[in-house]
Amino acid sequence: MIEELKHPYERFLRRERIPHIWCEGCGNGIILGCFAQALDELKMDLDRVVVVSGIGCIGRVSGYTNTDSYHTTHGRPIAFATGVKLAKPELKVVVISGDGDLFAIGGNHFIHAARRNMDLQVICANNFIYGMTGGQHGPTTPLDAWTTTTPYGNIEHTFNLVHLAAACGAVYVARWTALHVRRLTESIKKALQKEGFSFIEVVSPCPEIFGRYNKMETAIKMMQWFKDVSEVRHFSDPAKAEITQKRIVVGEFVDVEKPSYSRLLKEMTAKAQMQEQ
Amino acid sequence: MSEDKGKVVHSGKRFMMGDIACAEGAIAAGCRFFAGYPITPATEIAERMAQRLPQVGGVYIQMEDEIGSMAAIIGASYAGVKSMTATSGPGFSLMMENIGLAVMTETPCVIVNVMRGGPSTGQPTMPGQQDVMQARWGSHGDYEIIVLAPSSVQEMFDLTVEAFNLAETYRVPVMVLADEIVGHMWERVNIPRAESIRVVNRKKPTASTKEYAPFRPSDDLVPPMVCFGEGYHFHATGLTHDERGHPQTESAEAQQKLVQRLCDKIRKNADKISRVEKTMLEDAEVAVVAYGIVSRAALSAVRKARAVGIKAGLLRLITLWPFPDREVAQVARRVKAIVVPEMNCGQMVREVERAAKETPVVFMSKLGEEPHKPSEILETIRRTRK
Repeated sequence: MIEELKHPYERFLRRERIPHIWCEGCGNGIILGCFAQALDELKMDLDRVVVVSGIGCIGRVSGYTNTDSYHTTHGRPIAFATGVKLAKPELKVVVISGDGDLFAIGGNHFIHAARRNMDLQVICANNFIYGMTGGQHGPTTPLDAWTTTTPYGNIEHTFNLVHLAAACGAVYVARWTALHVRRLTESIKKALQKEGFSFIEVVSPCPEIFGRYNKMETAIKMMQWFKDVSEVRHFSDPAKAEITQKRIVVGEFVDVEKPSYSRLLKEMTAKAQMQEQ
Repeated sequence: MSEDKGKVVHSGKRFMMGDIACAEGAIAAGCRFFAGYPITPATEIAERMAQRLPQVGGVYIQMEDEIGSMAAIIGASYAGVKSMTATSGPGFSLMMENIGLAVMTETPCVIVNVMRGGPSTGQPTMPGQQDVMQARWGSHGDYEIIVLAPSSVQEMFDLTVEAFNLAETYRVPVMVLADEIVGHMWERVNIPRAESIRVVNRKKPTASTKEYAPFRPSDDLVPPMVCFGEGYHFHATGLTHDERGHPQTESAEAQQKLVQRLCDKIRKNADKISRVEKTMLEDAEVAVVAYGIVSRAALSAVRKARAVGIKAGLLRLITLWPFPDREVAQVARRVKAIVVPEMNCGQMVREVERAAKETPVVFMSKLGEEPHKPSEILETIRRTRK
């Protein structure tokens, strides 16, 4: 009898939801794989993990993870996750979403959750484009890039996500590409163990849409770009961590200690209750 | 007061502001999470919650906006904690997006709107009743909603408790639609002892973790609810979904089944939810239909009318939605005319006209700083009777 082959991370996935909706060559599966591996290596209790996502291609990730999970409205996963974490602090609440969701429509929630040092882990799949709606430009679309809403080339400057996260007060900030699976997994593990707001940007290939519009129409071509131009510059100035055609600066940029919102809330609550007695 | 120290419910006869009574009602109902954003004339609710929630082991968080506030209370409710937000018109508009999410993911939670004058920034410190239709229809798509309209400080307490009970019973967002006067007015309130306040908690499933489907309804059309962290590993989404919570974005059947049930769980229980107060309607020739602060002036007008021999009565709407069609129709059949005073340009009057069928309905609009004077309503009753 032939033994049925089992994926090593099957227990992290809702099998009945597979196959997923992502295109061939998409980086989302790699991010999900690294996340599962991180949970596995840390031996996390899956009953205590909540995955929250917003809208967009990577937004579907919460439907695939075999944990409690919630798929919010566009841009709101961090605000929703804030409510979950504060109501049940023993839960590990992870937000996995896209660049448009987290930094365009949801930008306000991101900067304030980082400022508060809310105990959340935020993983952003940055594919430079709105994939699910067919390829419109967003806050990370490179200058001059072609998208359906920049038919003469993009004239908007981009957000540098790691610089933004660092400036807003995140205690752990890293950037990797989907090619750096081992380092990405290590960063996710680090973030999951960190107290406070951690942020990981994953530069992710979207050959089907971004690539096709910008002369990198296969996953191999996009990955080749990442391979050719990525430079690991740990703890370099995030303000200078550029993503251009010629250079993608990756690495860990911030790893500091600062009292988290949950910790300060606990202390404040104790004080309030002391006064009440 | 010092004798309140360490007590969850501050029982007894009090002199209190409406907004504060609302916060106290929430705490008495078991609310332990508040997310909000400062806005006149609802800020006192947030301030009271910021003070009181830490004392009772709850959490207050001031969010970056009302969009985030609404998202956060949905998150807290899914984590198993009763939650609330409070706002006024401009913030209410921002909340509409995630009110739809709360409807779609069947989230028990309470939204208080202390109505001021609109549109836009309007008149922040002045009362209004201009959001009653937005409360009903403000978020996109088809849904039913429960909206309660307090007319006194006592009701700011009582109806906030009731709002939580309805939210937990039907797994829905419930709105308390107050107005600036009721919110800022000081009146005597009788806060019952904790043990005599009826508190409802959401129904839990009996199915095992494997069999549990988060959106499979029981006979009352309401699905039992588990929370994050209980080992069920369930999924919820704002997309149209099946009973397991899995997205069904292209199935007409799934859309029909889900959206119809979301409407039906309110529609089919409308008689149980709907509440009105009838005063001197038995032999009335003219009925006034009013709600919120305006109903106080209307009551005064009806009494004055009776004093001069005019048979007038008052139908006060306590639930605005679901609209008490049957009660209005019954009154309409017995009276010669209905007077509807509202602090807007004509909103609930449309519903009254619809339910009243042939009976003439006279609308009285009032905008700005104060509600209709009893004498103005009395004058309309007089004219209407002729």
